[in-house]
Amino acid sequence: MTHEEIIQGLYDHTLVGNAPEVRDLVNQGLADDLDPEKMLYDGLIPSLEEVGARFERGDFFVPEMLIAARAMQGALDILRPLLAETGAKQVGTYVMGTVKGDVHDIGKNLVNIMLEGAGFTVYDLGVNVAPETFVQQIQEHSPDVVGFSAFLTTTMPMFKANINALEKAGIRDDVIVMVGGAPVTQEYADKVGADGYAPDASTAVRLAKDLIERKRSAVPA
Amino acid sequence: MDTVLRSRSRTVVIGSGQPFCVIGERVNPTGRKGFQAQLQAGDLSQVEVDVAEQVAGGADMLDVNVGDPLADEVELMRQAIPLVQELTDLPICIDSSIIEALEAGLAAYEGKALVNSVTGEDERLEAILPLVAHHGAAVIALANDDEIPMEPQRRLAIARKIVSAAGDFGIPPEDIVIDALAMPVGAEPRAVTLFVESVRLISEELGVNTICGASNTSFGLPGRHTLGATFLAIAQSHGLTSAIMDARAPQCVEAVRAGDFLLGHDEWGARWIADFRAKQAAAAT
Repeated sequence: MTHEEIIQGLYDHTLVGNAPEVRDLVNQGLADDLDPEKMLYDGLIPSLEEVGARFERGDFFVPEMLIAARAMQGALDILRPLLAETGAKQVGTYVMGTVKGDVHDIGKNLVNIMLEGAGFTVYDLGVNVAPETFVQQIQEHSPDVVGFSAFLTTTMPMFKANINALEKAGIRDDVIVMVGGAPVTQEYADKVGADGYAPDASTAVRLAKDLIERKRSAVPA
Repeated sequence: MDTVLRSRSRTVVIGSGQPFCVIGERVNPTGRKGFQAQLQAGDLSQVEVDVAEQVAGGADMLDVNVGDPLADEVELMRQAIPLVQELTDLPICIDSSIIEALEAGLAAYEGKALVNSVTGEDERLEAILPLVAHHGAAVIALANDDEIPMEPQRRLAIARKIVSAAGDFGIPPEDIVIDALAMPVGAEPRAVTLFVESVRLISEELGVNTICGASNTSFGLPGRHTLGATFLAIAQSHGLTSAIMDARAPQCVEAVRAGDFLLGHDEWGARWIADFRAKQAAAAT
């Protein structure tokens, strides 16, 4: 197999969620001295972005999205240590969780995988995460960004409660706050004082990078 | 064990020997940006449409949720409950995660309501059960605490804890309906098998009635009504006695009415045949 064929294979098999084949191709790529970064940025990430786009259009359904994400996750498990070794750029650190009172995690998990694929280190706190847990985990990991996810109109007010908790702990300005979830709007994100909102996973990743970039450039060297 | 709910003039009974209780889910702004915007403006006119559609679809009860983070949910609930009671005599399931909204709904309701919902978390139990007891209502209890257990035995354990806690507040087991947690099968292939096993365990061990949000099962999938109808029939055969579901979808409502007949809760198919005649007559006019 040529390197091009391996990259194409990674794209095609991630798209249909064939995890064993994706893993085999990654290993074959490594054996053939194919650059791990190239596999990630030319094969895996474009594929998962296409999955996201199809899902947004209604052409892909939840199980298809999840098995694609799982195939990507399997590849990342192999590639992550190698990417770290080769000094691939560390984009940022992200603490993520579904807010207290809410146990929905399908969308959150997808965003996590997209973030990891894009080079973020992600600490996933799971579902039903209390404000004090967010505070404590932010203090422990000092992330660039914290993400609050809510799927219910009734749990969205926890965004504000979380931000209040960050303020009370004196760490609000240490971290970028992003919010998301099916019922969330830009208007609501602005109202609760979040720094960013994205309607889908790929936008969330781009926005996280932008916000980090802006914050870093705003700090005098 | 029979759970009895009432409006001013109508009584609905949930029980293993009773026809399946269809609770219409539609009065709920989740996923409806237009309805959300109306609620933010204090406009409840959409409720009228939703109630009419679900009554026509054959609902036995209606769930009422007017939660929107940019609206005054307590005030909306205070207004929505009498409005729905004007529009229909079906008993109501008062649905909110905000205690004050549940309180406002219960205060405004005439009859015996079903409260949606409490979980196995101590702070929720301590906040909601006294309200339920005070108003002589019944309550839906989700078989989860700070996480959703996948194992049916753990769901049973949480259900048992809730029934016992409710007893401490003077709420009898027949006024607790356990939500055995229907999860999206598109995200977890075992979601339905674990759910029906939980239903079976909870109804056998505790004798209480069970419920679920049936539409969760088909989340993110094509052919939602077919999946919903088949899911309901499977769950019914494992002892599920009620569901918050899409009462506007004839497939789903017909599935549980057929289930009633096939499982012996509609003797000689009297209701099944009467429903058929009613549809025939409606089509002829």
